[in-house]
Amino acid sequence: MPYGPHTADDRERMLGALGLASVDELFADIPEALRASRLDLPPPEPELELAARLSALAARNRTDLASFLGAGVYRHWSPPVVDQILLRGEWYTAYTPYQPEVSQGTLQSIYEYESLIAELVDLDVVSASHYDGAAATAEAALMTCRATRRDRVLVSRGVHPHYRETLRTYFGGGLVLEEIPLVADGEDAGTTDLAALERLLAEPDRPVAGVIAAQPDFLGLLEPMPEIGVLAHAAGALFVAVIEPVSLAVLAPPGAYGADIAAGEGQPLGIAPQYGGPYLGLLASTDALVRQIPGRLVGMTTDLDGQRAFVMTMRAREQDIRRDKAASNICTNQALLALAASVYLATIGPHGLRDVAAGGAARATELQTALAAVGAPRIHPGPYLNEFAIRVPDARAVHRRLLDHGVLAGLVLADAAPDDPSLADGLLVCATEVTTSDEIARFADALGDVLRGRPPVAVEAGAGGNNGATTGTGR
Amino acid sequence: MSVTGPRLQPTLFERSRPGRGGGKIPHPPKDALARIPAAARRVDPPALPELNELEVVRHYVNLSQLNFAIDTGFYPLGSCTMKFNPKLNEWAARLPGFASLHPMSPDEVAQGTLQLLWELEGALTEISGMRAVTLQPAAGAQGELTGILMIRAYHRARGDTDRDEVLVPDSSHGTNPATASMAGFRTITIPSAADGGVDVAAFRAALGPRTAAVMITNPSTLGLFESRIGELLDAVHEAGALAYMDGANLNAIMGRFKPGEAGFDVMHFNVHKTFSTPHGGGGPGAGPVGVGERLLPYLPEPRVLRTDDGGFRLERIGERETSIGRMRSFAGNTGVLVRAYAYIRAHGGTGLREVSDDAVLAANYLKHRLEGAYDIPYDRACKHEFVASAASIKQRTGVRTLDIAKRLIDHGFHPPTIYFPLIVEEGMLIEPTETESVETLDAFADALIAIAAEATSDPEAVTSAPHTAPVRRLDEATAARQPNLRWRPMTGLETPCPD
Repeated sequence: MPYGPHTADDRERMLGALGLASVDELFADIPEALRASRLDLPPPEPELELAARLSALAARNRTDLASFLGAGVYRHWSPPVVDQILLRGEWYTAYTPYQPEVSQGTLQSIYEYESLIAELVDLDVVSASHYDGAAATAEAALMTCRATRRDRVLVSRGVHPHYRETLRTYFGGGLVLEEIPLVADGEDAGTTDLAALERLLAEPDRPVAGVIAAQPDFLGLLEPMPEIGVLAHAAGALFVAVIEPVSLAVLAPPGAYGADIAAGEGQPLGIAPQYGGPYLGLLASTDALVRQIPGRLVGMTTDLDGQRAFVMTMRAREQDIRRDKAASNICTNQALLALAASVYLATIGPHGLRDVAAGGAARATELQTALAAVGAPRIHPGPYLNEFAIRVPDARAVHRRLLDHGVLAGLVLADAAPDDPSLADGLLVCATEVTTSDEIARFADALGDVLRGRPPVAVEAGAGGNNGATTGTGR
Repeated sequence: MSVTGPRLQPTLFERSRPGRGGGKIPHPPKDALARIPAAARRVDPPALPELNELEVVRHYVNLSQLNFAIDTGFYPLGSCTMKFNPKLNEWAARLPGFASLHPMSPDEVAQGTLQLLWELEGALTEISGMRAVTLQPAAGAQGELTGILMIRAYHRARGDTDRDEVLVPDSSHGTNPATASMAGFRTITIPSAADGGVDVAAFRAALGPRTAAVMITNPSTLGLFESRIGELLDAVHEAGALAYMDGANLNAIMGRFKPGEAGFDVMHFNVHKTFSTPHGGGGPGAGPVGVGERLLPYLPEPRVLRTDDGGFRLERIGERETSIGRMRSFAGNTGVLVRAYAYIRAHGGTGLREVSDDAVLAANYLKHRLEGAYDIPYDRACKHEFVASAASIKQRTGVRTLDIAKRLIDHGFHPPTIYFPLIVEEGMLIEPTETESVETLDAFADALIAIAAEATSDPEAVTSAPHTAPVRRLDEATAARQPNLRWRPMTGLETPCPD
């Protein structure tokens, strides 16, 4: 066993103390008929060979591409300090701070996380933490049902399709989920249809618990959040804003436009893409909902000597205390990623975060101009921050061919939203502060060539692409 | 500050000075946001702290030193399997090919990760004796929800819609009943038998046409193998219900017991327990779920599939109509799963069986060492953990388990899990794991025995512990009654920050 300390003598000594001849005797309580067949796995691999195997697998993933793919997960510069702090064993090999006297590091860092996110979203209560943006949104939806004692939730089709699919899964047990359509054309195309929302809210005898909309929405567009909130509240429903945290450096925060709950994906705060997780589910609410919010809360208190200290609190919401009456079944959460987000925010600071958001917007303008010039205009006319949809004939084939040019041309919208014919020719592309002018030129040139039917030019090894520009934390 | 000077730290907000920091991100052009309508813009910037990098580093390094962790000492937290977290795994998860891969990358861009996930599914299938495994659930509790939702879909597909009850033993993890509620079921709690095992008769009496599922942890949260599990599983299936196995305690039985072979229909794995992925101060984990034949059609999407040309791809949404749907965004906590894969490869089949053998041997040895000093309510061979109790000590001296736990801190050990399972008076659930040396086990036993003696000779020393931690016991009541859950600018009412 590669990581075990026991020598043959150690095992003999322990068995001897127990008066046993073999460890098999300790498994005698497993009925013979139920004993396992042989564990048929490859033989143990020494670290040297295993490291080579892992390196080879990692190398089979293509990381040489100039990527314009966002769709809920974004490349950003994560200062190396973030990952180096995370690599301290005192952080990552501790567990839930059940014993506060020897967990003040984790507890204070969670309190600071709650405070940092509260500043970003402009709400007072921040749960630390949930699995990802989708699970946090599902928990937010369940909160609205508990708080209003209603069972119908409306979610805009502008919310990430994975989040909507997750909501459907969570809502299969008797709660009702309905989708608010997007405006089909005109100036507001691609944003939540307010008239349709009004109709859904006005249906007699079908009271709504919560209304969920995303800012920016899945297509990168800016939603009329204040108006959505007013409509929701007028119907006695709670308003859930699905947010992207970096954007909150420059966009109005949920608290400012009357949202009761904010949910979202914290990955952009210094966390690497790593094919889906671990990420960070952000969930925050107004003070009024503090007893309904699921997940860990840490508060400030004092010890017996009056020293300031931190402790998990309001535990009566949690499953290990309340069992079937708990606010959620969540136990293990994403604490280490909450730490990553905190170190990221502390390092990058308020001005740095604004530069990240505004820098992405500037690169996106550059990208939009370059793509339009080669014949790929935006689909929607409304304002966006750093992500937008373009119209490209035969988008899926073009997207595939651009891989040969070393370009990951965003997301094929026909795959992500197959039920929306208006997006059939769409690619969803984004830029962030790490996107370079060279990458934009490579994308535009290649797209122009593909659209004109020219064969790909061979991509030079190491030309542009990721080049490790987005370290993020390997958490 | 941990070697000298005060140990507690001011908050990030108290350290902040306007004008500090910067140098990380280029300044964008001034008109970068010109196209954002004024109504959508933020008016008051967030009041985030301003710090230079050295201050950030000192803050978090000093804070880290207030934590007990596996890397700093013995952490026998029962039910949590606090084993060593191999450093190779941290290295592997950070390989740029894994770490920088976007989750919506086309399959042809992601072949390395997809192959790893496919192989890991296969390994977990073999370890559990199940038919197939999904890696999507983000943690054990989400794995439980996945399993219970599949069970609901199974009954519905058969038109068997009256089943609205889930049976759990009273020794179960709180996540079991909480999961049942979340999926819309009623929880029926079944008392344990006197020997700590499942009370098969009580289960039989509760089973019926309303029963959707039974959730069992085996070995149980008392660290005991359920010897009557075969009988119970037969009864569950005769009643038309399905059996869920909470895999939290898999570390005890690898290579000895395969839940799928024994007849369980579904189980989850806690990779941060059994397969050494770090606990991270509370997470992340990953909660893969294995299913038998009956639940195969209902696995969440997307699954990882092998293509005809030997490559790998993610299932498309809607490709399998019977699926319960998606549990979360993207494929799963892949970064965690890379670590679990490395761990399983490093051990192989023989190594994993040795892991369980050594974990069980260590727990039995430690239990043996504590006999006499503590009550051992279930005096038979345990698996990877066991319950000791301070009930007699409390009766004799007034010293409680909580006090003993706090006193262990002064001896340099993390306390075990206390007052869980709820059915043992003054219980402490002790799980040493297979990665602790005999010397460590002996030192821990010596400390617990010394504290038991001290409870008689100097109870005050125990009840006022810890004495050497950065803080003393906390005022939890005020924290709950007057919650202070976020930093606000100083009003003069707060406790002053430490220097």
